Amino acid sequence: MDYKMYLTEEEKAILNGEKGDVMAKVMKSLVMYGEVFNAKRMVPINAPSHFVTSFGISIMKAVFDIMDEINNEGITTIDKFTVDPRPLDYANVKCNPLEKLVFGIMYGKQDDYEEQLRKTGLKDSNAFSCTCYMNEVGNIPKKGDILSWAESSAVVYANSVIGARCNRNSALIEMFGAILGKVPEFDLLTDEGRKATWIIEVRTSKKPEAQVLGSAIGMKVMSEVPYIKGLDKFIGKELNDKAKDYLKDMGAATASNGAVGLYHVENLTPEAVEQKEELIREKAKVYVIDDAEMERVKKSYPVIWKNKDAKPTRCFIGCPHLSYNQLVEWTDRMTKELEKQGKKKVSMETVFTAAPDVVEHFKKNKEYYERIVSYGVKISSICPLMYMNNPICAKRAVVTNSNKLRTYTTSRYFTDEEITSIAVRGDIAR
Amino acid sequence: MKREFKGRNVVAGSVQAEAVVSGNGMNTLATFQKSILAKKKTVVGSDQNNADLYKKEITGKALCLPRTIGSTTGGMVLQSAASLGLAPKAMLFSEGIDSIGAAGVILSDVWTVNKIVTVDGLGQEFLDYVKDGMIITVKEDGTVIVE
Repeated sequence: MDYKMYLTEEEKAILNGEKGDVMAKVMKSLVMYGEVFNAKRMVPINAPSHFVTSFGISIMKAVFDIMDEINNEGITTIDKFTVDPRPLDYANVKCNPLEKLVFGIMYGKQDDYEEQLRKTGLKDSNAFSCTCYMNEVGNIPKKGDILSWAESSAVVYANSVIGARCNRNSALIEMFGAILGKVPEFDLLTDEGRKATWIIEVRTSKKPEAQVLGSAIGMKVMSEVPYIKGLDKFIGKELNDKAKDYLKDMGAATASNGAVGLYHVENLTPEAVEQKEELIREKAKVYVIDDAEMERVKKSYPVIWKNKDAKPTRCFIGCPHLSYNQLVEWTDRMTKELEKQGKKKVSMETVFTAAPDVVEHFKKNKEYYERIVSYGVKISSICPLMYMNNPICAKRAVVTNSNKLRTYTTSRYFTDEEITSIAVRGDIAR
Repeated sequence: MKREFKGRNVVAGSVQAEAVVSGNGMNTLATFQKSILAKKKTVVGSDQNNADLYKKEITGKALCLPRTIGSTTGGMVLQSAASLGLAPKAMLFSEGIDSIGAAGVILSDVWTVNKIVTVDGLGQEFLDYVKDGMIITVKEDGTVIVE
């Protein structure tokens, strides 16, 4: 193949098949990928990888075939990796017999695929979460680390909140980088690629809902880098757990409603604190977000339930997965709402989702865990998105506070305050 | 009227197909997932946020778009669509191709037998001119003829 980028002798040898045909295809994929973006060279990654593909959907045979090719050659990633959440959890997310039948067929390759992941270098059986960067999970890169990650919400978090460097890699490309231990250097891996081309001026009268703010930013800037001003007024200048949780949810919405891989928040995120407005490119475009704009964006979400007036039957909270502190906060929020409505239990199937290790941590807080369970809320480590992605579940009237889940499924979005009230009351009407 | 546009080859090839046009970024997962999961014989756009492609057939077409957006599963979804014979024949980007779109067409090219001919950098004029149903001819050198 023709290429312009610099390759070391070892890289050339791999490309020419000296480490086998499969490694040559791995290398060819990465070189082609780099060539498209005018990468000058490959650079080593310095932290474990996170994969996006966690689901063994039978129809994705092409992916399983690639995994087989890799496993048959005994090829593994250099470091152990984490991966997105599993699509099923029969214990905590109820299924009727028909749904179970459909899932059995649809995810018929789940066990086989997990075995392929283990052979390739999966960290452990608890490594299934979109929030691999939680302390309990432990796949936490350092500022400046070069990564080969996928999962849009994790990539945008690692780049923006941690200050690591990772492009918005696709599934499989992230695995190839983790196998080779190198990625092509372009875009968000470079200083120039991390500069902002948009200024977002937040001028709302109160703290904006993270998921709507992220959605507004994502839809406007698409794949460009925004520099957000005025948000520190509401979430502070300290990158503490509460601010990180807010940025996690906001970032996931920027990445799914648009294609944002990196944002900077004035006075808060590491590069914005260090470089301030030097991070902003000349002639950056400006987008003002005020109360009216937030309302306009929220109202633009279509309701695609078959029966738009249906009574919701399920509520998902936690896409991306909740942190330990968010589990605590949601428990308190539910307590308050139940007291307000004079009820003892939620009125619809309500599922909080978090990483397996975060759930284990939360279970140790007996007072909170037993309280939330007593309300009828289930805690799961499922991926609500993959769970919803089938014709049967798509017919259910599901509500969520996740703009990512809204984007990819038939679920209907509500703010945190609205959804708490809906889950307890059991219907949408006020 | 016949018009010619010149772009950069990402995956070179010659192909002719009917245009289907997305004025905004295409969310690959949201657009393809429903048809792939339901084992349909053709992909029909299922992204509620993309009115241009919603419920329109994409398989075998020349998909004209500015860029792809959304989930990082997008590249794998495109590659799976290609391996199942459900992909568009060509993807024609008015802007420079994005990393997820690039991964999808590269994975299809390297790991499957069904490649998606891909040209990027065709310009906003291309996207403004091309309409659903027009006939697109893509040449090996990255020339795109719209008529």
